[in-house]
Order: sequence, then structure tokens, then C-alpha cells
Amino acid sequence: MNVPSDLLFTKDHEWALISGDEAKVGITEYAQHELGDIVYIELPVVGDPVSKGDSIGTIEAVKTVADIYSPLSGEIIEINEALKDAAELVNKDPYGEGWIARIKISDPSETKSMLTSEEYSKLIG
Amino acid sequence: MHTIPNTPEVEKELLDAIGVQRFEDLLVDIPKTFLEKCRIHLPEPLSELEASRHLQNLANQNRNTEGTVSFLGGGAYDHFIPAVVDFLIGRSEFYTAYTPYQAEVSQGTLQSIYEYQSLTCHLMDMEVANASMYDGATALAEAAIMSCGITKKDKVLVSPLINPGTMKVLKTYLPNRNIEVILLPEKNGQTDFSTLPELIDEQIAAVLVQSPNFLGSIEDLTGISGKIHEKNAMFVLFVDPISLGILKSPGGWGADIAVSEGQPLGIHQSFGGPYLGVFSAKKALVRNMPGRIVGQTVDVDGKRGYVLVLQTREQHIRREKATSNICSNQGLMALAAAIYLSLMGKTGLKQAATLCLNNSHYLAEKISSLKGFSLPYGNVPFFKEFVVETPVSPKEIITAGLAENFFAGIDLGNYREDWKGHLLMAVTEKRTRKEIEFFVKFLSKF
Repeated sequence: MNVPSDLLFTKDHEWALISGDEAKVGITEYAQHELGDIVYIELPVVGDPVSKGDSIGTIEAVKTVADIYSPLSGEIIEINEALKDAAELVNKDPYGEGWIARIKISDPSETKSMLTSEEYSKLIG
Repeated sequence: MHTIPNTPEVEKELLDAIGVQRFEDLLVDIPKTFLEKCRIHLPEPLSELEASRHLQNLANQNRNTEGTVSFLGGGAYDHFIPAVVDFLIGRSEFYTAYTPYQAEVSQGTLQSIYEYQSLTCHLMDMEVANASMYDGATALAEAAIMSCGITKKDKVLVSPLINPGTMKVLKTYLPNRNIEVILLPEKNGQTDFSTLPELIDEQIAAVLVQSPNFLGSIEDLTGISGKIHEKNAMFVLFVDPISLGILKSPGGWGADIAVSEGQPLGIHQSFGGPYLGVFSAKKALVRNMPGRIVGQTVDVDGKRGYVLVLQTREQHIRREKATSNICSNQGLMALAAAIYLSLMGKTGLKQAATLCLNNSHYLAEKISSLKGFSLPYGNVPFFKEFVVETPVSPKEIITAGLAENFFAGIDLGNYREDWKGHLLMAVTEKRTRKEIEFFVKFLSKF
């Protein structure tokens, strides 16, 4: 299972790519695999304030629906519009074209409580 | 639930197992005064013949549209129901089946729902419809809740001229979801939309309008959807399904959600229910739409089949996050509506609607020339229902009407102080010229 080393992770199977005070977030390869064919993604709204652990959207797969939890606190500054018409991008390329949103981080210290790729690999072992 | 009478032997066995002498011994903890009050004084038992005679006598005291010429409306109408409707829905395959839980096994039921949904979309000129809801009132309340869910706002602007019963349902459902109901102004029997742009503030999720409204008036919805959409709110329209035979459709008016009370579509008035909540919307909103949806697909062999679709929105997967509590549908009534619509077709529905229009205008015209009677909203367009100001109290006319086999109308004073002295009259395609003329003759005596 692909777990890129430049990303941080949560126990709820989200990833974050930190650059400066911004984070790009999505769900992991493991999460998309567990969900199966994703048919629809409800995205957050740009400008929405979010707290770590808040639901910022939902992922609808053929047989289930899961929440997407924000790995960090801050403000939604961009959403992946492409997912509106092509939710399957999350299945195909969860760390690339299947990213979900960009967040302006309000509390950088929160990144410390996220998991490293090694810790996350162990979790999904 | 089964109620199985116990034989004395069985009762004794049960009491022995518990370790008491008599059933009453189980009630010793309840103070005697309460037990005394609970005693039910039932009459002596009746034979089957006696019981059915007794019930028949009670039923005979009811008045219905079989033996009485009805000008009653206000949400439930005396439309013609082709015999085929009752015959088909009475078949046990349909009549005894509940909304399917093991859905895909019930292909026939699913197909009938799919047909109902398709007919609803055609009728409303909307893109998606659900498998139906309990009645028009709850459908409108669900539409308001859905609008708030989509827009993430918590107030709705409502026409004061929607059916008062529907308004009660809105005021029951919505405040309990922390949604505020704000009324639009009215003018001369119609909703006053002149201040609409100012009234739609940041927190308005939707504007709810009924047309024809409770007083029968057709609302002028020109330009309304644009004004609502400009403020990122939803336009929710409640219509009379029969009126769509000749009036502009909700889709044509730019409505985002269109709902209706489906009773006029082949469903008996039955003293108030069961009725049918018709619910349709724009396709983009389908994931927020409450209720079940049936879709058509093909199986592994390429054969046509029907399935429940978009189930993930529903209660049984997202229980705690469900936006609606409806997991059911009004299957038998939806089937009646589907049969009715397919029997009537475009031409038949147009004919029924045209007859309603002509008959009601004929009666209105006759009444307006009667001494003492007037039509307060006579200059406002109406479809099959209108308001009459009466020279004597409406109650007096209603009571006298019953004696001459007429349901003369609804006493509007029951709903609002400023509507006292007014009757609401509805005229469907069933009323003959003769009936209308006899009724006018009856009214001329006041």
C-alpha cells in the first residue's frame, strides 16, 4: 500500500501535504481501497472555517458513505472542483489528482500530533 | 400484532406459572381508586349480524360525495376516478404489499414506483422525483428542510395563502429543526411579491408558494425564480396536479423543488386520507432529496430491472446524519396516481382541467349576479376554486345546503378572523350544468 513519506496522516485515514502555512488534504490509498468505488463527493465550501476533526465533507461509495475529517484547523481556501464530475479520481490517484481541499492552517502546532508515514504504515499494517 | 383469546385452561396455566390466583392479583400495586376508573363498561356482546347492522347504521350517518353534490375543496377535491384505478390497486399483489424492504425481489412494485416517478417528472416538468411521501403538507415541509440543508441557511419565506393545514404542518416541523418561518405579505387574494428582493436576506433558504393558492387564486410567478436565485435561495412551488393540464408547470416557472398533494390524481377523499405527497426536484439536488428513489438498470444478462438507487443518502446507512426521517413511501396511493395519470394521458388531464376551469367560472359568474353575493377577488385569475362573500352567515348556507343535498363550501371564518362571512367553493369536472344551476337556485333563496 502506497504511503508517501512527504505526507502526514491521521488515524481516520486522511493525509496532509504541508507547505508553509497551507495544507493540501485528501484521503489515503488505504481509505479509498476500503471504501470501494467512489461515486460522489460532497465538498466543503471555500471560506468555511474548520477545526481539526470537523467533518468537511462526505464520500459516497457504492455501498457506504463516510465523512471526511479535517486533519487540521484553519480555513478552506480551495476545493478540488474536478471531483464534482469525477469522484473516481480519489480511487485512481488519492495522493495526486484526487486531493480534496486546501486549508490555510491556523495552528501549526497541530501538525505535531499527526502521524508520520512510518506510523501510519504501522497503523494500517 | 396478534390478539389471541386465552381459554380458561391456558389462563390457569399462566397464573400458576406466575404463582398467583387471579389476574387481578397482578394489579395489587395500583391504588384501587385508579383501577376503578380504568374499568371499561362494555355493552353485551353482539352477534356478527347485529354488529354489522350497528356499524352500518353508524356509517349511514356520514355524508359523502356519492349522495351529495360537492362544492367542497380546500385541499381535497371531488374529482372523477376511473373504475380501473380502484380495480387495479385492489389486486392483492399491490393492496397487501408494504413499501419493499427486500426491494429488488419486488420487481413489480419497483416498476410501478418507477413509472410513478417518471409520470411525476413529466407532470411537474422536473428532472427527478422520489417514490412519494405521506401527503402534500409533509412534502412541503420536507422541501423546506431540504432547502435549508442545501443552502446551509435557517429561515424560509412562506406565502400566507398556502393551505392553513399545510401551514400548521410547517409550523410543527420547522421550528423543531430550528428553522424560522417568515410570512410574505398578501394583497387582494394573492401573495404580494413586490418586496421579495428586500425580504430575502442572507438567512433565507427558500421561498415557499402555493399556486393556485388556498383561496383558489393563481399566483403571478413572473420573474419570481430569478429574484430568488439571485439571493442563492431555493424556489419551492406547491401546485394542484390537475391544474397542470392547462397551467404552466413548476419547471416552467423555474422552481427548484416542486411538491403537490396528489389526492386529485385518482385518490378518494376518504374523510382526509390516506393521501399522497408528490415530491420532485432539479437533478442537481437529487442527493439532498428525501425519500426513496427507484432507478432502472440492466442485470448481468442485459435484461431490464429496477433497483433502489442513491440509498446511501438514506436513513439506514447514515442514520444519525439523515436529513429526513422518511424511509417509506405511500406505495398504494402512488400506484393510484400512476394509473390515473396513464389513463388520463396529456389529453385527458387537459380536458379535466379545462372542465374544472369552465365549470368554476360558470358558477362564479352565476353567483356574482345573485343579490347579496359577491366575489371579493373576482378580478384575480382562478382555476377551480374561488371565494364568495355571502349575505348571511356561511354556516347558515352550509346547514341549509345539507338538507338539499349540497356541500355548499368551506366556511373561511374557521381559519381567519378577516375571512368571516366568506365561503370557499370548488367546482370540479364532475359537476354538471344542471347541478350548478340547481345550486345557484338554492343560493338565490338567501
